[in-house]
Amino acid sequence: MPKTKGTVVSGWGRVPNSRSQIHDLSPEEAASTLLEAKTNFTSVHQPSIPHRGMLPRGRGRSYGDAALNSGGHLLRLRDPGPKGIALDIERGIAVVEAGVTLDSLLSVSVAQGWFLPVSPGTRQVTVGGAIAAHVHGKNHHRDGSFGAHVDWIDLLLANGDQIRLTEHSDPDLWWATVGGMGLTGLILAAQVRMIPISTSRCRVDTDRVANLDDLMELMVTGDHHYRYSVAWVDLLARGTSLGRGVLTRGDHAEPEDLGPRAIGLRTRAAQDLLAYRPTRAISVPRRTPHLLNRWAVQAFNQAYFRSAPRHKVGEITSMGSFFHPLDAIANWNRLYGRHGFFQYQFVVPFGQEDALRRAVELVSGHGAASFLAVLKRFGSGDAAMLGFPIPGWTLTMDLPAQADGLSHLINDLDDLVIGAGGRIYLAKDAVSKPEVITAGYPELARWREIRERVDPEQIWISDLARRLGLLQNWNR
Amino acid sequence: MDSALGSPQTILVLGGSSEIGLAMVRELCGPHTRSVMLACRDVVAGERLTVDLAPLAPQAKFVVTEFEATATDDHQGLVTSAVAEMGDLDLVIYAVGQLGDQHKLENDPVAATALWTANATGAISVGLAVAAQLRAQAHGTLAVISSVAGERIRRSNFIYGSSKAAMDAFFQGLADSLLGTGARVIILRPGFVHTRMTAGMKAAPFSTTPEKVATALVSGLRTKSRIIWVPGLLRWIFMVLRHLPGPIWRRLPL
Repeated sequence: MPKTKGTVVSGWGRVPNSRSQIHDLSPEEAASTLLEAKTNFTSVHQPSIPHRGMLPRGRGRSYGDAALNSGGHLLRLRDPGPKGIALDIERGIAVVEAGVTLDSLLSVSVAQGWFLPVSPGTRQVTVGGAIAAHVHGKNHHRDGSFGAHVDWIDLLLANGDQIRLTEHSDPDLWWATVGGMGLTGLILAAQVRMIPISTSRCRVDTDRVANLDDLMELMVTGDHHYRYSVAWVDLLARGTSLGRGVLTRGDHAEPEDLGPRAIGLRTRAAQDLLAYRPTRAISVPRRTPHLLNRWAVQAFNQAYFRSAPRHKVGEITSMGSFFHPLDAIANWNRLYGRHGFFQYQFVVPFGQEDALRRAVELVSGHGAASFLAVLKRFGSGDAAMLGFPIPGWTLTMDLPAQADGLSHLINDLDDLVIGAGGRIYLAKDAVSKPEVITAGYPELARWREIRERVDPEQIWISDLARRLGLLQNWNR
Repeated sequence: MDSALGSPQTILVLGGSSEIGLAMVRELCGPHTRSVMLACRDVVAGERLTVDLAPLAPQAKFVVTEFEATATDDHQGLVTSAVAEMGDLDLVIYAVGQLGDQHKLENDPVAATALWTANATGAISVGLAVAAQLRAQAHGTLAVISSVAGERIRRSNFIYGSSKAAMDAFFQGLADSLLGTGARVIILRPGFVHTRMTAGMKAAPFSTTPEKVATALVSGLRTKSRIIWVPGLLRWIFMVLRHLPGPIWRRLPL
């Protein structure tokens, strides 16, 4: 039976938040729950107030309001764990229920020698969410976004019909749904092509780089030698150190890389080449005050930068610490205190390095403490109409929501990004404006038409869609 | 919808020609603003005010509508038409407030009741209509301008003070009733504010300006504050004043 409760929820950034009716359900229960909720649409509140629609929600790891539907319904598929995963261990084809998290998928697949084709910064997202946000990882410059590795999805449409969708069965709807932020329907299941690995470790090269220009040059000249590449950037550094960072690049380790002196190989468990036991060391308590203030972040950045090796080659690390370092701290979003934070991620095309530099200057000049700032080079984009990546530089930063003067900073950054022909990432957004999205996503109008075809009554809606006017009629 | 920065896209000001209300709109207007509705008694004057506001919010639609705080029968209709015009109400400001002349009011029960209706009864009536909408949309903020005069009633302005005490108490209860709905109420308790309403009066200690009240609201929207004193020090001063023995309180030159 679906479990339903009315509760206030937020995204990972903890602001904004709003109340919804949340339905926890299995894929089989989804159609009936959808149809039942639709029949009750007008009676929930005064008839004078139009219905507030419904929206798929995964584990709520998008930062802003992409998975919020204030006053309406949220459909949340359960994660049945291994029971929801059918992995063909010969070919690496995984058929999974959409509520399965990447964490659950990895706990089954790694031991069989298969890894995610694309892994975002956390494994606590669902497969459905990964497709809806068309997430990218450290390998985007080589392998593209998550949806590119999906063969088919089962999609529940607004009218209660369930269809099996592939890139070829209905290319328009496919590319409107991949990256469509859940606004075309509820993804019930998917088939994902995994990639083979022969060990559960990574071989990592690290470079400490003194400023942004050197960092970018190093990335341009060397990224193609690695499957994975990402740079941490100190956004509080100024002057000649502006944009200093630590670049980590690597690949899955081969058995011969794991010499006897490699970390942890002395224990028996570690001698198992595909051992995978990601640790979750600590959990942040519920009422933690805002600890990631400017001074703390400055101290952290300094320590992190100084402790990074100037140049280190062939270090062996676990996959957990390479792909999902923040997952080791459960509820790390609470470190920003009860007022929360938001993440701002943009991409500017290659050739717009000046805009990137200017953005780093703006943030560093503002002095807003950004604990997590990440720079990455994207490879080619794809046909996903609301998909974020385009070939270029993407910079991601966390900003505490209650810091002063952030509206001005965001407006300046928005102008800069749009002026450079870039765009911002919907899965992170909680602060942008409709015209920024219209300018950044030229395919938005076509996406709207296709969406309208499968959802003429505008059943699917999110707070993100309301705020950014993603649907035809923006102010509902 | 509100952003993570607490920047509302739609603003409804009840008492749209109030100086404090307008200062709030000026402070909150920006590129993110989509529509602003000024609900005021004098529509023509309200239209004039939007001319100055428009450049602050280039993407916003400005609407002026008639609003009489004492005409409680019309309040539900006003809220309904505001929603039809603007969509979700991200921020509603109740800025109606009459100070009156205490000496005249004491000898004019009709005028005293009218002041009470505008300050308290009207606030209750429109406050409930707004709260129903906020509850249905499950997000949004109702900001009301109370006063320290309602915190402990003074001989010198007890008719005004008691009306503010009533509305303040009402909105505290309304705030509690909205807990867990996604919507909320912010009660602003300014001290003496330099405005038309207080022009010519001798400023009390810790006086403030409409702009400072507006700034306090903006930071309140970003945090989870429920009651905001302006200036903040008044909270601690009134914590003492509230408990002074009556004979001492009455002798204070307030």
